[in-house]
Amino acid sequence: MSKQMTGAEMIVEALKDQGVDTIFGYPGGAVLPIYDALFQQETVQHVLVRHEQGAAHAAEGYARSTGKVGVLLVTSGPGATNAITGLTDALLDSIPLVCLTGQVPTHLIGSDAFQECDTVGITRHCTKHNYLVRSIEDLPRILHEAFYVARSGRPGPVVVDLPKDVQFALGLYQGPLNIQHKTYQPKLKGDIDRIREAVAMMAKAKRPVFYTGGGVINSGPRASTLLRELVAMTGFPITSTLMGLGSYPASGDNWLGMLGMHGTYEANHTMHDCDLMIAVGARFDDRITGRLDAFSPGSKKIHIDIDPSSINKNVKVDMSIVGDCAHVLEDMISVWRAEGHKTDDAALGAWWKQIDHWRARKSLAYRASASTIKPQYAVQRLYELTKDRDTYITTEVGQHQMWAAQHYHFEEPNRWMTSGGLGTMGYGLPAAIGVQMAHPKSLVIDIAGEASILMNMQEMSTAVQYRLPVKIFILNNEYMGMVRQWQELLHGGRYSQSYSEALPDFVKLAEAYGGKGIRCSDPEDLDRAILEMIDYPGPVIFDCIVAKEENCFPMIPSGKAHNEMILAELSDDAGVEIGSIIDEKGKMLV
Amino acid sequence: MNAIAALSPYSSSLGKSNIERHTLSVLVDNEPGVLARVVGLFSGRGYNIESLTVAEVAHGEHLSRITIVTAGTPEVIEQISHQLERIVPIHKVTDLSMQDKVIERELAMIKVHGTGDHRSEALRLAEAFRAKVIDATIESFIFELTGSPTKIDDFVELMRPIGLVEVSRTGVAAITRGAQGM
Ligand SMILES: Cc1ncc(C[n+]2csc(CCOP(=O)(O)OP(=O)(O)O)c2C)c(N)n1
Ligand SMILES: [Mg+2]
Repeated sequence: MSKQMTGAEMIVEALKDQGVDTIFGYPGGAVLPIYDALFQQETVQHVLVRHEQGAAHAAEGYARSTGKVGVLLVTSGPGATNAITGLTDALLDSIPLVCLTGQVPTHLIGSDAFQECDTVGITRHCTKHNYLVRSIEDLPRILHEAFYVARSGRPGPVVVDLPKDVQFALGLYQGPLNIQHKTYQPKLKGDIDRIREAVAMMAKAKRPVFYTGGGVINSGPRASTLLRELVAMTGFPITSTLMGLGSYPASGDNWLGMLGMHGTYEANHTMHDCDLMIAVGARFDDRITGRLDAFSPGSKKIHIDIDPSSINKNVKVDMSIVGDCAHVLEDMISVWRAEGHKTDDAALGAWWKQIDHWRARKSLAYRASASTIKPQYAVQRLYELTKDRDTYITTEVGQHQMWAAQHYHFEEPNRWMTSGGLGTMGYGLPAAIGVQMAHPKSLVIDIAGEASILMNMQEMSTAVQYRLPVKIFILNNEYMGMVRQWQELLHGGRYSQSYSEALPDFVKLAEAYGGKGIRCSDPEDLDRAILEMIDYPGPVIFDCIVAKEENCFPMIPSGKAHNEMILAELSDDAGVEIGSIIDEKGKMLV
Repeated sequence: MNAIAALSPYSSSLGKSNIERHTLSVLVDNEPGVLARVVGLFSGRGYNIESLTVAEVAHGEHLSRITIVTAGTPEVIEQISHQLERIVPIHKVTDLSMQDKVIERELAMIKVHGTGDHRSEALRLAEAFRAKVIDATIESFIFELTGSPTKIDDFVELMRPIGLVEVSRTGVAAITRGAQGM
């Protein structure tokens, strides 16, 4: 087990021992020994990105679509600082990452050496944990600990900063011993008495709803299976956050669609009027709650989360269960069965009747057009033409992201990668590359905006190099549409700096990179063009020219409650000024 | 915390009437950067630090004890405890103010300038507070005083008109009464 080797060799050895087959990175002076060790083996494949932010998002896409820890390797100084956005993104969305950063030799630390930066200082606030390895003796333990911390409990990014002299030093390598971490041991099993009480509350509920989030996905596929079982047993309606899409199938009878700022009318009204809310792996984020003091005022709330600090953070709950979603759901199901609980069917029947009434508003409807491609229509067609394939979807950030969440329907977990908490434009393409590396045979599509895609466009080059057939489906409205929408609603239609001027010709751009470009602006031609994209065996940029000034509805305006949504029909009514709906206090919010 | 709570519409401490003062005891692995993690948490999330002390308490095991005096609504205090527990090298967080019998002590060194009547007045007050004289010149004293933070506050206020020059305080160390540990 313990072998003499250099620090750089230990790093590669530890990656192998942790089951890592792919890492994303970019070389530089402070990581040359590690690159040399990588050169001399074939187990771990290194994917050369074009920017370190791309490495971080690619590792996120890899992690999110596989459930494994994503790994990136970057050099000191600018390599590390370029990775910061991706690390922060992973922290907010609880994605397990290990980021290996080179550092100047230990004797130079603090001297403002070439490409030195205080990586552990800078990343302290955007990682779950970080380490500076000061001696070769600590290296094997820290490497294995980093993986343990990244994937355990509420997952997150971990940085290991590696001074160059430590990479050269000789030492004894240790495998991932079954060491119990000294301090970090998250609780997996929920308190059974609390679970019993929660189940009793569920049996008594008259207007219940499941509100689920990314925690269900993080808990692993079993959590999704158990969630489906519990929903089927109880017959309760279920909604999910942006991050949780796919844990319950969109085709399921009890599915209400996504909730929150751009969630469905039925999901938000169900949340507002329920008498029992069962939050599973969701964190009552402000995109979800809307106005806090008007958030689901009449309900009792059960909150299941692995992170005790999520409980009572934004919303005070009546029953908290700290534990891993899969463990708690499993116990809930067995308690429900063992105690022979029955739901209040009469009450549930009435509740569903009310919900159907809300559903009938068809809040995702939009005005169709025969002459221009409506962005919603584009996503709908993309869904129809890809749903029967083995498809993974990533997105950038903006209106297109919300339309993707509304109109692309997910049946399985781990199929939907999006930047939820941080809302990082430029996430989608590198994430798609990470997904495609993990699933070489699958269809991987980045639903993009023309502004976002330019933020990490350089990764097209990575896709071409590794023959990754990712599809970039740009809803090109020539605007930073989401910004334009807010300016329309809140700032009197003064479109300050939100028009995407001087856009590149995306078809030529694709060709310049060595990929394929397709442009489509005719709704009649859309299906054919999408099929052409799918059938092309390499990377494609699809420039889908859509209606420029379409707004994303429904919408809970900032500072408003769930039952004060704006629907598309209202926005079409002449004389209703949406800007006037949002008050001064709402404008202060983001 | 107050400034941020008042600004943030999302903060659970909107009604900032019920602000309480709590003393938290935090047992940590004494590794580089651990104090920065704790302090960074308070600044990053906009919590208050009234006082903070830290020292190694078990050299063999590399354990340090950090005592933090903070203020916030009960919801904020609960958040602070949970957020601290999330920091990987933290062993244990105890809200000592939730225990019924907590002893808090602080040490202060107080430099006072004065001649004549002021000098004897300073000495008389020091005796009443059981402060020790640890340095003296013709025209100054340095007093050492141990006690609760309010006792030190009181003493400092009394020294002000006499000729207070400067004060150096350690911050609060705290422990619970009785046989039980944290
Ligand atoms: C890195 C980054 N910078 C700025 C923003 C703010 N922002 C949110 S959406 C958006 C516009 C996105 O435009 P586009 O990619 O064209 O998408 P659309 O809304 O038009 O679909 C901007 C600038 C962001 N989310 N991320
Ligand atoms: Mg756009």
